[in-house]
Amino acid sequence: MTFSFLRRSETAIALVLLVAMGLIGLVNPAFWDLANLFSLARSNVIIGIMALGVLSVMISGGIDVSFPAFAVAAMYLTIRAMLAWGWHGVVAPFALAGAIGLALGLVNAFFVSTFGMIPLIVTLGTGALVRGALLGLVGTSQINIDRMPQELIDFGNLTLLSRIGPNGTHFGLSAMILLYLLAALLVHLFLTRTMLGRGVYALGSAPEAALRVGFNRTRVLFTVYGLAGALAGLAGLLHGSMIWLANPRDFVGLELDVIAAVVLGGASIFGGRGSVLGTLLGVFMLVMVANSLIIMHIDTTWQRIVVGGIIIAATTVTSFRDRRQLA
Amino acid sequence: MAFIELHDISKRFGGVQALAGVSLSIAAGEIHCLAGENGSGKSTLIKIIAGVYRPDSGTLRIDNDAAPLTPIAAINHGVQVIYQDFSLFPTLSVAENLALPSELRARRRLVSWSGVRKLAAAALARLGVAIDLDASVETLSIAERQLVAIARALMSEPRLLIMDEPTTALAGREVARLFAIVRDIQAQGIAVLFVSHKMREMLDISERITVLRNGSVAAAGFAQAFDEAALTRAMTGHDITAQSYRWRPRHGGAPRLELRGLALPGVLAPIDLALHAGEIVGVTGLLGSGRSDLALTLFGLRPRYQGEIRIDGRLVHLRSVAAAIASGLAYVPEDRLTEGLFLTQSIHRNLLATSYAALAPHGIIDFAEARARADAMMREMQITATDGNQKVIALSGGNQQRVLIGRWLMGEARVLILNGPTVGVDVGSKAGIHERIRALAEEGDLAVLMISDDLPEIVQNCNRVLIMHRGRVVEECGAALLSDAELGEKLKALA
Amino acid sequence: MTMRRWLQNLLAIDAGLARLILLAGVIFGVMAVMVPDKFLRPYNLISITYIAPELGLLAIAMMVAMLTGGIDLSVIGIANLGGILAGLFFHAVGGAHGPGLTDLGVGQVAAGIAIAIATGAIAGVINGVLIARLRITPILATLGSGQVFTGIALVLTGGPAIVGFPDGWTMIGNGALGVFAVPLLILLAVAGAIAGLMSRTPFGLNLVLIGTNAKAARFAGLRTRRALLLTYVLTGVLASLAGIILSARTNAAKSDYGVSYLLQAVLIAVLGGTDPAGGRGSVAGVIAALLALMLLASGMQLMRFSNFLVDAVWGAFLLASIALNAWQTRKR
Repeated sequence: MTFSFLRRSETAIALVLLVAMGLIGLVNPAFWDLANLFSLARSNVIIGIMALGVLSVMISGGIDVSFPAFAVAAMYLTIRAMLAWGWHGVVAPFALAGAIGLALGLVNAFFVSTFGMIPLIVTLGTGALVRGALLGLVGTSQINIDRMPQELIDFGNLTLLSRIGPNGTHFGLSAMILLYLLAALLVHLFLTRTMLGRGVYALGSAPEAALRVGFNRTRVLFTVYGLAGALAGLAGLLHGSMIWLANPRDFVGLELDVIAAVVLGGASIFGGRGSVLGTLLGVFMLVMVANSLIIMHIDTTWQRIVVGGIIIAATTVTSFRDRRQLA
Repeated sequence: MAFIELHDISKRFGGVQALAGVSLSIAAGEIHCLAGENGSGKSTLIKIIAGVYRPDSGTLRIDNDAAPLTPIAAINHGVQVIYQDFSLFPTLSVAENLALPSELRARRRLVSWSGVRKLAAAALARLGVAIDLDASVETLSIAERQLVAIARALMSEPRLLIMDEPTTALAGREVARLFAIVRDIQAQGIAVLFVSHKMREMLDISERITVLRNGSVAAAGFAQAFDEAALTRAMTGHDITAQSYRWRPRHGGAPRLELRGLALPGVLAPIDLALHAGEIVGVTGLLGSGRSDLALTLFGLRPRYQGEIRIDGRLVHLRSVAAAIASGLAYVPEDRLTEGLFLTQSIHRNLLATSYAALAPHGIIDFAEARARADAMMREMQITATDGNQKVIALSGGNQQRVLIGRWLMGEARVLILNGPTVGVDVGSKAGIHERIRALAEEGDLAVLMISDDLPEIVQNCNRVLIMHRGRVVEECGAALLSDAELGEKLKALA
Repeated sequence: MTMRRWLQNLLAIDAGLARLILLAGVIFGVMAVMVPDKFLRPYNLISITYIAPELGLLAIAMMVAMLTGGIDLSVIGIANLGGILAGLFFHAVGGAHGPGLTDLGVGQVAAGIAIAIATGAIAGVINGVLIARLRITPILATLGSGQVFTGIALVLTGGPAIVGFPDGWTMIGNGALGVFAVPLLILLAVAGAIAGLMSRTPFGLNLVLIGTNAKAARFAGLRTRRALLLTYVLTGVLASLAGIILSARTNAAKSDYGVSYLLQAVLIAVLGGTDPAGGRGSVAGVIAALLALMLLASGMQLMRFSNFLVDAVWGAFLLASIALNAWQTRKR
């Protein structure tokens, strides 16, 4: 809540963000167009919701690379179920998607907490297992707009602040941004206002000491990996309803962007550090830079280099911060 | 009326009898000192009182309740342990470090930040210390961290506070403040079990003393009944003879190691020192005196040093560990387990760690030769093990230390720096290791720099002693003229 | 006496290995029973010797990185970038297709090989500097650098595959010396060399010690930074060799080939007895694990399981081997 170092690193991220916005705006003033800003905000939603889960895992001292597979499984299974059973509505499908993600996340937690295995290896395994099983057992065919449940499309289309652009096109701020901010608020409250949330920080900061004062390691691990899975499941279905499409091969490689955003937001892979506010800023920065390549007249093939460069730059900075002096 | 009573407690780990028939009672509100050398069974006993270990036999009663103890039960009975590492959360704030455990005990689900701050402020006020509640613990000094740990332990209204080697990391002034706080705690009716191996401190602070040696009670009684000599006898099992190591100067030649104005800006003031072959020179001083920095500088880990270092008269530049080793320096670090050994690897690999390059003249290691040399070194260092393939993790502390020293003797070490050579080594093997070190200096033509807290060790094994304080050598004296009590007085005067 | 001890050591080391060979044998037996006509056909078994080596090289690279307590997630990016740079070179000197390209001489092909390997070495130096000098944790360093390498490959090609390589190059992936596939011979040569490097040279033993306890290694005077740098150069070069075989076998190079190899390489390394926390791992274990899993994949494909399901089974195997390892260490 009141950690001077967090305040400092968030201020730093915010400053870098402002500078970057200024620079992009200088290269192409169209950056500041309301339409562009709205679309930028919209692009934050999916990555951002996933990042909140990864943030929690990272604070506990772990890492998760399986969540894109969980997200795609939750989305595709839910929509297939809706089509098969003629389901309607919005709440129940999202509950199902979240539950699928949650269940898969708990599998991660089981392996990490029971076998004490390195989380990277565990989540590589569960990710491959889930994606392979989805494509191999459920199907590989894309569900297009013509078959997508109309309620989901309508939901993903909800808009705030409708405007009419100079060339007569309608645009607005996606209402999904509210869901993202709500999720961020809840995760923030969880991490800062609940004992379990403080247990996440304690476990990541000093695992041995956390056990000695009575934090429950198993409960913390099941909570963070479960949360990461559930948020991924929700984000997956939301993604489907925002692009009116359910593609079981979606989200490949997305873990990189999300981890980059979380690290950029000041979280440490060694655990114990990180905040929701920092992550929001990190996500915004990453999405803004990646989306602004076109505006800056740079070929989109450069996007991966930019994301990779951001990961390296952000980790270099944090490794200087976290450096544990040897001898 | 005793608060806690241990009767005839025994505990065995594999082949090691850690405790044999130990009895101990602590009255409410007394300061009791648990004394003993490293390896005497002190930590095992603490963990039994804290409910971490279950004794093999014997009884333990708290408040006359003989129920088997679990960690939670011990805490509920009011037993709080402050371990040497303090068990704090470095990335969290002081306020949270203080308040989280009691909030957990209160089974709270939500965190009230104003409540946390209030609790934390009250805890610090009780100790009468001022520490910024919002600072993260990693930014505090060791002494401040200890205060946070003590304040936190007091928040659970304990009836017995166990402090494991609490003065190890403190400077003299801080020790005085700690003692004032401990007496304050006592005044509140809380018993304190003070675990230490420093005699002066024990006699200063405690009312009763129990001395452990080799897992048994060697002596117990009121502090007034002890003096330093009696304590030493109880702890080591023998009187410390004033017979120190005698070095006979050999014919001419440059000193083995010579420092001229060696300095580290802000850490070490310029030091001049000449160390001859066959000498064993002790270095002692409080923590933060710069003695470890001196060792690390000589081992190439402080490349920005100033001044000259000469080995056998030749100027050397020790800007890296590799350069230091090439120049003939060897260093046995303080923390054997994390800085010295490859625990899951074999004795042979540990011994050969620095020698592989030398054993591979054409890039391929000559394993027959390597095995022969390692086996020879195991015999020379008298390492007790089934064979060279045994993993080092399975060895006793004494044998592990022999492996570490042996590693350097495999190469061409000319100056051996030992930092805490017998920390965590049981009393029996301690003498053996000292004997090896003396023999190496005498026959092996080595110059030895021995850094230690253990004053009897220094006085017995060194022909000269350097006392360091705040980055400078403040005194140099011949060990033959010195008793460990005198050395202790000198150190105390610095504080 | 020494002979007996030598034998004992051999048997002791091989306890884990024997289990893997047994596993491979069981899989072979099961597949031979399930799909006898197809699985036992020489064509099937020979085709494995062409397909498996590139993955084997990546798994050896992963094992080497894990030995030091690290990991190299950039191997796929390096492999593809190496193949693409070599391909671009061939297209530059021999044209995009036709005899000008396919008939390029030994000199040019050798130059292409040098380009690919140099790519791997340079990429390795970059990883090594990030990890050993800037002290970025290997997961994030190689995650980021892998993106950059893939990104460079993407920028260079603009997306589509580079198709068409010289005949001399495709020989590397499809040729045979006698009955032995060239890729298999490359794998065996590299495996032998790495096994020797790891068990018989100061560099290899130092890596094991660094992986066991990096701090103690530093106090023992081992040049940990240099060793780490060389480790990632080595993994980079191994990755580029895999890239050469992959592009030679398929006569094409693309920025997103072989993405599923990453998981498979990690799996084979872990299944082969490598401790991802460092200090333990062997080439023989990796080769045995490779054999077991390639037989499994081949049999499943013959039984008309989709490649996706094969991937899923690989993931399940990884999780199962984690559980098995944990169970065994607990038992000990």
